[in-house]
Amino acid sequence: MSDAISVSGLVKTFGHVRALDGLDLTVSTGEVHGFLGPNGSGKSTTIRVLLGLLRSDAGTVRVLDGDPWTDAVELHRRLAYVPGDVNLWPNLSGGEAIDLLGRLRGGLDPARKRDLIERFELDPTKKGRTYSKGNRQKVALVAALASDVELLLLDEPTSGLDPLMETVFRGCVEEVRKAGRTVLLSSHILAEVEALCDRVSIIRAGRTAESGSLAELRHLTRTSIDVETVHEPTGLAELAGVHDLQIEDHRARFDVDTSRLDEALRRLGTLGVRTLTSRPPTLEELFLRHYGDEIEP
Amino acid sequence: MTGLGTMLRFTLRRERVRIPVYVVVLVMLIASTAAQSEQLYPTAESRAEYVATVEANPGLIAMVGPPYAVTSVGGDVAWQWGAFGAVVAALMSMFIVGRHTRAEEQAGRSELVRSGVVSRYAPAAAAVAVAAVAQLVMGVAVALTMIGFGEPAAGSIALGASLAGAGLLFAGVAAVAVQVSQGTAGAYGLVGAALGASYMLRAAGDVGDGTLSWLSPIGWAQAMRPYAGERWWPLALLLAGTVVLLVLARAMLARRDDGAGLIAPRPGPPDAAPALARPTGLALRLQRGALGGWALGLFLGGVSIGLTAQDAEAILGDSEEVDKLFAQAAGSLVDNYLAVSLLSMALIGTGFAIQAVLRMRTEESAGRLEPLLATALARPRWAAGYVAVAAGGAAAILAASGLGAGIVDAAESGDLGRVPVLVGSSLALAPAMWVMIGVAVALFGLLPRAAAAAWAFLAACYLAAFLGPLLGLPDWVMDISPFTHVPLLPAADLDVVPLLGLTAVAAALVAVGLAGFRRRDVPVV
Repeated sequence: MSDAISVSGLVKTFGHVRALDGLDLTVSTGEVHGFLGPNGSGKSTTIRVLLGLLRSDAGTVRVLDGDPWTDAVELHRRLAYVPGDVNLWPNLSGGEAIDLLGRLRGGLDPARKRDLIERFELDPTKKGRTYSKGNRQKVALVAALASDVELLLLDEPTSGLDPLMETVFRGCVEEVRKAGRTVLLSSHILAEVEALCDRVSIIRAGRTAESGSLAELRHLTRTSIDVETVHEPTGLAELAGVHDLQIEDHRARFDVDTSRLDEALRRLGTLGVRTLTSRPPTLEELFLRHYGDEIEP
Repeated sequence: MTGLGTMLRFTLRRERVRIPVYVVVLVMLIASTAAQSEQLYPTAESRAEYVATVEANPGLIAMVGPPYAVTSVGGDVAWQWGAFGAVVAALMSMFIVGRHTRAEEQAGRSELVRSGVVSRYAPAAAAVAVAAVAQLVMGVAVALTMIGFGEPAAGSIALGASLAGAGLLFAGVAAVAVQVSQGTAGAYGLVGAALGASYMLRAAGDVGDGTLSWLSPIGWAQAMRPYAGERWWPLALLLAGTVVLLVLARAMLARRDDGAGLIAPRPGPPDAAPALARPTGLALRLQRGALGGWALGLFLGGVSIGLTAQDAEAILGDSEEVDKLFAQAAGSLVDNYLAVSLLSMALIGTGFAIQAVLRMRTEESAGRLEPLLATALARPRWAAGYVAVAAGGAAAILAASGLGAGIVDAAESGDLGRVPVLVGSSLALAPAMWVMIGVAVALFGLLPRAAAAAWAFLAACYLAAFLGPLLGLPDWVMDISPFTHVPLLPAADLDVVPLLGLTAVAAALVAVGLAGFRRRDVPVV
């Protein structure tokens, strides 16, 4: 099975600004792929290139085995997009906007539209100008999810949704995954990414900083250990990969590079472990490690 | 009123270009009328003939107003601009007030401002105050211009004050309208309706015994009678009316939510009609209100042309300037007048065509284009919908203006055949409008950031058509305007060659624009 999206060395400049600077991204068919990055890192620009709205300056971009720029219309029959900032026509009702987008894509399932409108608790008779941000987002989500497409490109689709609707959204994405369809999910909500995504790409300043499954990415960071030992906890500071060590009597707290965890545990074994809690790195820490300049790698 | 000073400076800053442009354009139009009035009727005899014709033509009086002192250049300007100028001033107020009140609320910027240390009333008060400043500047500029033409100071000041007073009153109307309607377009529609009603009331009153004119603010402005024994007390009427409207607006503002209006928006259908899913259906749906408004306006313009046509000879006299103005036409004076007036209507109606094309740019900037292009909709098909609405709408507008002129002309001459003749004459101008559409599409596709330059090109064409012959512009300059090349029916004979040529140029420009649009990034912001 080939990849749904494969991007390598993608460059896009706007005047003097290099928005994308050699970005790589691979999304396998059938996976839910998390796309993380700080504001202005190039997530939306990447998605617009994938849609053939922006033309790449360099690099190769393949979407569903097609060129997004030259095969835009054909590809768009097979994918759906939810923009991060949904703008609707002020004098069209939400239901009209859903039908418009769905029919232009080649038709949508009226039963599924009704079902989704019910699940998202959307009033389709309100005019575009009267919707709140969250409700505008629901209109775009219903239009995208009601179409039978192979690939969903979702650009921060839940930034305006309440927690209840967020749960509905997660349910919908689970169904999409079960149906074997592919999702690229750009998001800032890390719990959402952790719950939904098989693999994650983290981008920063227009480049891919990290890409892999959550387990692989965790391996690259540190595990926090809080341990009480029978003997005085000595010899830990000398171990490679141990950081921020604090010792009070028989208690030690430290972070250890996940790749060095084994050595640290072997040393602790010789000290006689009474209690031990270990906490795997959260996605938040992963995120901060790649974004925050103040946090040492 | 906390924050009024800051809001005032902020609002003035945002209007710093528009107000001067507006004032300069109005003053130039008035100055050109004054210059023409001097040139067209140089002798006492020619002027007396003109006065007699004007006074005997109820159609003209309904359209323009009661001729109090057309014997002098100042009186002629005051007659021609008393009501039209009041409308222009009212529109200036409407846009200033609307842009800084309802439009801000609709865009969600108002809540950001009002969450600060700002009185509930400060933004609206600042908008009205800036409109008042604009009216004052405009009134002074008009008065100084007329004094510059050597007209009496009292009459010149009365003319400036009457226009500014009417403008100010409509700032009050706009302040009320933006409380009533939840949308900016709806508020503009309400002001437009009030303006239209004022105009109609004074038209009926001016033709009749004058009673109805006293129900119209425009009638009050005209009742100041510049250059004809000025009366100042109607100005007090305009100011008092403004105060009443502002008190009303304040009371409404005190009772309503931010973003809400008195008229709740009606719910729409839960499903879309089949036509909406076609690009042309969408483009038409988004612009049908504008198209209807333009068609109605041009129809009324056509009616006024018909009303004045039979007296064209007496009004325009027989001077060299008139011959120059009509050089492009070559028939009887009435037909010449009709042909040139229909051309003038077509140039105005081109405003719709350009607006309809540039709507694509609005959709792009507002972020509504991306989701559409992310569907199976090809870029050229999307754009073709807008081009179709612009081109078809242009033809519909031309037919409306020809129909208005034809109905009146047929009623006056008793010849029903004049209706199809004038509709056809007006429609023959369509290829020139299509070229203008082509220019706008080419700009949109190739230079999206400069797309608004299409308006500048329209202004240039207008100048070429009406000042070019008088100024003696060189042929190559005149030839740039597509309107130079159309046969001016019914004065000239129908010649299809230039019409086909213009249509081909229009098609080529559209093709170039669409090709550029296929190649460029979306959105370009």
